[in-house]
Amino acid sequence: MLRLDRLEIRQGDFRLNADWQVAAGERVAVIGPSGAGKSTLLMAIAGFIAPERGDILWEGRSLLQVAPGDRPVSTLFQDQNLFPHLTVAQNLGLGVSPALRLAPVDRARMEEALIRVGLGGLGGRRPGELSGGQQGRAALARALLRARPILLLDEPFAALGPALKADMLGLVSEIAGETGATVLMVTHDPADAVAFAPRTAVVAGGIASPPADTADLMRNPPPALAEYLGRFRA
Amino acid sequence: MNASILAAGILTIATMAMAETPVLTVLTYDSFTAEWGPGPAIEKAFEAECGCDLKFVTAGDGAAVLARLKLEGTRSDADVVLGLDTNLTADAAATGLFAPHGQTVATNLPVAFNDPLFLPFDWGWFAFVYDKAKVPTPPKSFEDLAASSLKIVIEDPRSSTPGLGLLMWVKAAYGDRAPEIWAALADNIVTVTPGWSEAYGLFLNGEADMVLSYTTSPAYHLIAEKDDSKAAAAFDEGNYLQIEVAGKLASSPHQELADKFLAFMLTESFQGAIPETNWMYPAVTPKDGLPKGFETLVIPSKSLLLPANEAQALRAPSIEEWRAALAR
Amino acid sequence: MARRAGPVTRAGRAVALGVAALTLGTLLAVLLRAETASFGPADWSALRFTVLAALTAATLSVGLAVPASRALTRRRFPGRGLVITLMGAPFLLPVVVAVLGLLAVFGRSGLINRTFEVLGLSPVSIYGPHGVILGLVFFNFPLAVRMVLSGWQAIPAERLRLAAALGFGPDAVFRHLELPMLRQTLPGAFVAIFLVCLTSFAIPLTLGGGPRATTLELGIYQALRFDYDLGRAALLAAAQFALCAVAVGLAARLALPTRFGAGLDRQVERWDTRGWVLRLQDSVVLMLSCGFLMLPLAMIALRGVEGLPEMPASVWPAALRSVLVALVSTALCMAATVTLCAAISAGPAARWIETAGMLPLAASSLVLGTGLFILVHPFASPERLALPVTALVNAAMAMPYALRLILPAHREVEAAFGRLSDSLALTGLARLRWLILPRLRPVIGFASGVVAALSMGDLGVIALFANESQATLPLVVQQLMGAYRMPAAAGASLLLVGLSFALFWICDRGGRRHAAS
Repeated sequence: MLRLDRLEIRQGDFRLNADWQVAAGERVAVIGPSGAGKSTLLMAIAGFIAPERGDILWEGRSLLQVAPGDRPVSTLFQDQNLFPHLTVAQNLGLGVSPALRLAPVDRARMEEALIRVGLGGLGGRRPGELSGGQQGRAALARALLRARPILLLDEPFAALGPALKADMLGLVSEIAGETGATVLMVTHDPADAVAFAPRTAVVAGGIASPPADTADLMRNPPPALAEYLGRFRA
Repeated sequence: MNASILAAGILTIATMAMAETPVLTVLTYDSFTAEWGPGPAIEKAFEAECGCDLKFVTAGDGAAVLARLKLEGTRSDADVVLGLDTNLTADAAATGLFAPHGQTVATNLPVAFNDPLFLPFDWGWFAFVYDKAKVPTPPKSFEDLAASSLKIVIEDPRSSTPGLGLLMWVKAAYGDRAPEIWAALADNIVTVTPGWSEAYGLFLNGEADMVLSYTTSPAYHLIAEKDDSKAAAAFDEGNYLQIEVAGKLASSPHQELADKFLAFMLTESFQGAIPETNWMYPAVTPKDGLPKGFETLVIPSKSLLLPANEAQALRAPSIEEWRAALAR
Repeated sequence: MARRAGPVTRAGRAVALGVAALTLGTLLAVLLRAETASFGPADWSALRFTVLAALTAATLSVGLAVPASRALTRRRFPGRGLVITLMGAPFLLPVVVAVLGLLAVFGRSGLINRTFEVLGLSPVSIYGPHGVILGLVFFNFPLAVRMVLSGWQAIPAERLRLAAALGFGPDAVFRHLELPMLRQTLPGAFVAIFLVCLTSFAIPLTLGGGPRATTLELGIYQALRFDYDLGRAALLAAAQFALCAVAVGLAARLALPTRFGAGLDRQVERWDTRGWVLRLQDSVVLMLSCGFLMLPLAMIALRGVEGLPEMPASVWPAALRSVLVALVSTALCMAATVTLCAAISAGPAARWIETAGMLPLAASSLVLGTGLFILVHPFASPERLALPVTALVNAAMAMPYALRLILPAHREVEAAFGRLSDSLALTGLARLRWLILPRLRPVIGFASGVVAALSMGDLGVIALFANESQATLPLVVQQLMGAYRMPAAAGASLLLVGLSFALFWICDRGGRRHAAS
């Protein structure tokens, strides 16, 4: 279980509070107006922002003193998910062993992961030689390999077209299902939330509200969400 | 038992060390030991007769040699210091590091030179060197030079021995009128270089008509390059002398060997190497005379040299005079 | 940020302490041996001249480097790579050689005055304050160009494309992309060059035309070599450090960190540079810069070629020693600089660590050498340590250049890929190997070249420690010049320049080839 315990994040004048939890294996969308702190919340969980107060716990253990790379977390950022100077295979390998000391069994798993995301045989390419969708798939393959219990998606597929994005989300669903990962996904598109996440947390006005049923939320949005959704209200 | 074995061991090592060839260390300036300098020939000749190993340790120039000695103090590994000049000897004597040489040798210096601590090994006159084709009528004095439109390059007295020599030259020739002479020379001076090499290099590249060097400089061009176009100007007021000396250190464990070296320094095999390697006059003229070509060199009518302690006392005020006169 | 002080960070702090000990510790060693110290009126005027000359020369070098490096970024022409490589040359020349090369062009009987003579114009004199500035700019302008050029290349292709898509003209590109880059790059370059000028003395004295052009470093030389006034030497050296501290502090206030974010290593193309006025402007700038730098170099080469047959046999072992010392220095310097960068990026005490890395620029190599001598002499024969000490000191003295070149690139890499690396637990040596080294390869190659060549040309410490069997090539050049053998010295200088340049080229190319693959 991932627990945000009276968490308060401060960055200059900006403030964000959260006090809720997500069960293991659950999929939660994080939605809200731009600048409300969706990414900030994820970056705090990933370990890049130290909270002002409160705690972040996984299975009852505080993560605050744990370095980002040692947290039970895989993160897909908005961009820069791959090292451009390394091949796709090396990028995947770094997810297995930061020193890139790979046993044959690791290599086999990497190739499997590539095949799983539809990039079989492309391990020798560099990111610059891949399309945007393929880059996303490569990053996802690495997350699959690392098999961390929490997967954070900070709008990694925002730049993709609707069909492609739907494919990718489908892939994330499958992979998360296979690894049993808890997924937090930032999105600005309610359709994504509906399609992907049974529950949704609204971030607005300095508060990340506890996740609620996505369908209920969309039917009956609280004022902050309603304002953001705008046309959906009608 | 252990202690006695240790003692025996130390004793053995000590006897072994004593049985080894003694090493005589000479601290000198680096051009002395260069492949083309006097060092290699002298090392060979001395080692042939001393049954020792002659080792040179070098510092940049005469002044650097003295600075190095002061840094090392009594801990210096050197036995003999070679290459100080008469502008530095008072300072060197004041360190108290040198031991009297106790030798009397007849030398052919143009002035009497008797110093209980230092023996001369070569000497030369400072002079302005020029190209005979470009300067058909060289100046006969500093005043002549100042009145002419000739351009000269000189060395900085704060960083080079020839520069300091020039300062003493003007002081010895003109005394209290020195600042006036410097002020008059200001428009002739193209530039002031940190050392002799830069000044001479600028002169050879045509940046100036004359350069402060030695009366013996034309001999290098004549003998080594078969080029007789260079000459040095003798001044009516006299030319200042540079005498290069050596002395032994009181801290040396090889006093006898050091004495032997100083005596060797004034023999034929050392002195004969000087003219065509150091391009200076040897302190003792070799039996067969100077190498062919040296007879063409100008001989100043008068030799100037300030006593060592006077030169030392004048140094700081003269540098200040010089700076003030040229900074205007 | 939950970043730990890993082994690399600790090593970086150790390096910073080591450099501080080497620069300030040796100064202290000299000071402790001193009896009295005073700062006379001549020293004040030297201080004034030093600061004024260094300020002017640094302003000009950096100011001129902006159009020149801009032209180099914007234009593709045959031989461009060669021009960029040759840009490194003047900086790497031994001072005496460079001065003679400059005089062959600007001197009383140099090319320009001979041309003037033919045209019936009255001759111009290079000697004086303007000559000092000219000499300092000759040395440092190319360095400035290279520093600014790497800033220009750090603007990602994506941003330029965005600018093109928004219809930015050259002015808008300048304001929104280039100006922020310059605000980040120029203060560092300015300070580096200001400090180089601060500690020079042969150029000011030789071209300055007299004692007016006296710098602090000459005072140090005089105090150490001539007067054996250790107190005064230490005091002057301390004044240099104080100036350095002020300069570094000011630069840190002026420099605005920019975050361009990362690109995807696409080929940089410029869309804003197609007008003919710009083309003309760039061509003129490039031709003038090349002429200014290349003519003296050509004269040095011409003289040197004549002297090559005159070289004595001792140049060859000396050349070998110089190359070996340079290679060891370079390896040391790169290892130390990269660790230092890692420690700076890690955050805590970054300002202090960076300042420690810049200290050697303000250090007088004479004071440093003398201090080391005082420290080493009681324990070991200085001769025995001559070459290791030279390698160490050269590495330390070159570190500020390496740091100025590598640190901005390092920061960019950390800004772009730091989070991703952290999230993958890519730390310590693995981060170095898989992120830092590959991303920094071009700049490390270039910096290695600079360091190797600087070490080749350095005279500072070896002259104090070495005996005749350990002479390096610059020492041999100096000895040849001191023994009337100017042609042989010119030949050996050419050999020195050639070797420095070859080392520089190999390192620089090595870095760039890997980057391209």
